[in-house]
Amino acid sequence: MFQVRIHGRGGQGVVTAAEMLSVAAFDEGRHAQAFPSFGSERTGAPVVAFCRIDDKEIRLREPIMEPDALIIQDPTLLHQVDCFAGLKRDGYILINTSKTFDQLGLGEFVRDWRPERLCTVPAMELALKHVGRPVPNVPLLGGFAAVADVLRLESVIKAIEERFKGKVAAGNVAAAKEAYAIVKAEMEEAAHHA
Amino acid sequence: MLKQMEGSRAVAEAVALCRPEVICAYPISPQTHIVEALGEMVKDGSLAPCEFINVESEFAAMSVAVGASAAGARSYTATASQGLLYMAEAVFNASGLGLPIVMTVANRAIGAPINIWNDHSDALAMRDAGWIQLFAENNQEALDLHIQAFRLGEELSLPVMVCMDGFILTHAFERVDMPTQAQVDAYLPCYEPRQVLDPGEPVSIGAMVGPEAFMEVRYLAHARQMEALKLIPAYAAEFKAVFGRDSGGLCHSYRTEDAETIVVAMGSVLGTIKDVIDEMREAGHKIGVLGITLFRPFPVEGVRAGLLGAKRVVVLEKSMAVGLGGILSTNVRMALSGLHMHGYTVIAGLGGRAITRKSLLGLFLKAEKDELDHVTFLDLDWVMVNKQLEREKAHRRSGPVAENLLRDVGVVAARNY
Repeated sequence: MFQVRIHGRGGQGVVTAAEMLSVAAFDEGRHAQAFPSFGSERTGAPVVAFCRIDDKEIRLREPIMEPDALIIQDPTLLHQVDCFAGLKRDGYILINTSKTFDQLGLGEFVRDWRPERLCTVPAMELALKHVGRPVPNVPLLGGFAAVADVLRLESVIKAIEERFKGKVAAGNVAAAKEAYAIVKAEMEEAAHHA
Repeated sequence: MLKQMEGSRAVAEAVALCRPEVICAYPISPQTHIVEALGEMVKDGSLAPCEFINVESEFAAMSVAVGASAAGARSYTATASQGLLYMAEAVFNASGLGLPIVMTVANRAIGAPINIWNDHSDALAMRDAGWIQLFAENNQEALDLHIQAFRLGEELSLPVMVCMDGFILTHAFERVDMPTQAQVDAYLPCYEPRQVLDPGEPVSIGAMVGPEAFMEVRYLAHARQMEALKLIPAYAAEFKAVFGRDSGGLCHSYRTEDAETIVVAMGSVLGTIKDVIDEMREAGHKIGVLGITLFRPFPVEGVRAGLLGAKRVVVLEKSMAVGLGGILSTNVRMALSGLHMHGYTVIAGLGGRAITRKSLLGLFLKAEKDELDHVTFLDLDWVMVNKQLEREKAHRRSGPVAENLLRDVGVVAARNY
């Protein structure tokens, strides 16, 4: 079972992202379960959503406490919430930022981790560029397809097209593709330096 | 057809396939996406000739459902938590009058303190309201139980509550097999009311009944509920023939062969429990679980048969009888009359407290050694509890409990993660 936890703020499409991940996994014939952290949703408040992916039926209903991967939609949360709680050693981390892990003050924390699993993508900028709205969730899913190797980019694109229509869908697909390319390039560079 | 969708949406589509004629709901919290989706279907004409009635309260929602059902319409509503309590008087009326309304209860806690999260306090507060009560383990079962609920309720002329865990199921995206209209039509006949308000053949429904016949009317309601115990397995078998899967029924055993310890539970926590039981079975523990699908009428014989041979039973419930212990466990105890068995009540998951594999494993290991208290509160924070008890001892005016505890925990607002 592969478990993803997504941290963000109300209004950033955190829950939608988890749902779309589950749809992408379903489209690949896998079992998936997505659910939010069940709070009183407020714009700007910290929000968590979860997605489990497996090859058999998922019966487990506990929150994801030991994720294999983290998607952090808002880097300001790093100083407010324990985003990394329970993250498995050498887990995947994808952060919406144009800074590096060192610049975010995370260099020490991830010093011995596999560098190609630690990626950043300026998802907010990509969303503004392609969709015209500051919603980073979908580009991050494109980046996630690159870093975590559990879902194909094509499945993410299919999930985007099921969720959105017309120009919004096209913009989000473009943003996801660009995020995918950025993360792939980062991973290659990291592997090169390793 | 297999689909990946939200539990609420899946239930809405299943209810739509049952061709409801009147849907009434109070659209404000506590409510789910179920009636929102059904409202959209009515508006875009895909549910014609169904009428959606937006009412001013849950009391009105159930009252409108009572009226619509008495006029011969297939009627549906949904609520949860305080909403269910607010409609309580009409809930009793619906069953007392024998009207086969189907209602989803997206189970949530009851305040005070205010809490929007999941447990079974709402539905179990209505356990003696005369409704048939079914509990779903996952979204597939929630969807399937609604289809069976209309069939069952209309045959018996009794209302049916389909309970599904609020948030945990209603807001979860997972795989469901959505039936076709043809399958549902083959399974669910047109509503043929046993009583109907018809100007062509006038009757009155809802007479005042004095001591001369009140007990007889109440007895008949009981007898009708008991008939459900026979009909439900038959309808579940028929359901399997049409839809190709097991769904519904009275109760279900999982890995209870040769089990010395049997856990009893209802709803979505059964999934987590089954994962723990698989893990324990692999390590050689003789443990299994009995899942209760039908809570009212309570399948006394089925539960007894399911627990025979065990040395101990651990009833894990998301509800509580203040001053006694458990609600489900009290019912299970009825089924065990005369049997010698260790019985444990575990109150868990109140107000959305996560029930984890780790906690369940520790709990079951302790139960196996008969080291459990008879009533256990799973993952209770004793430090927090004792601090408040000391405060109350020290000062008469110790302040409101909920606010004190929140201050101790150091949170500015309620959260569950």
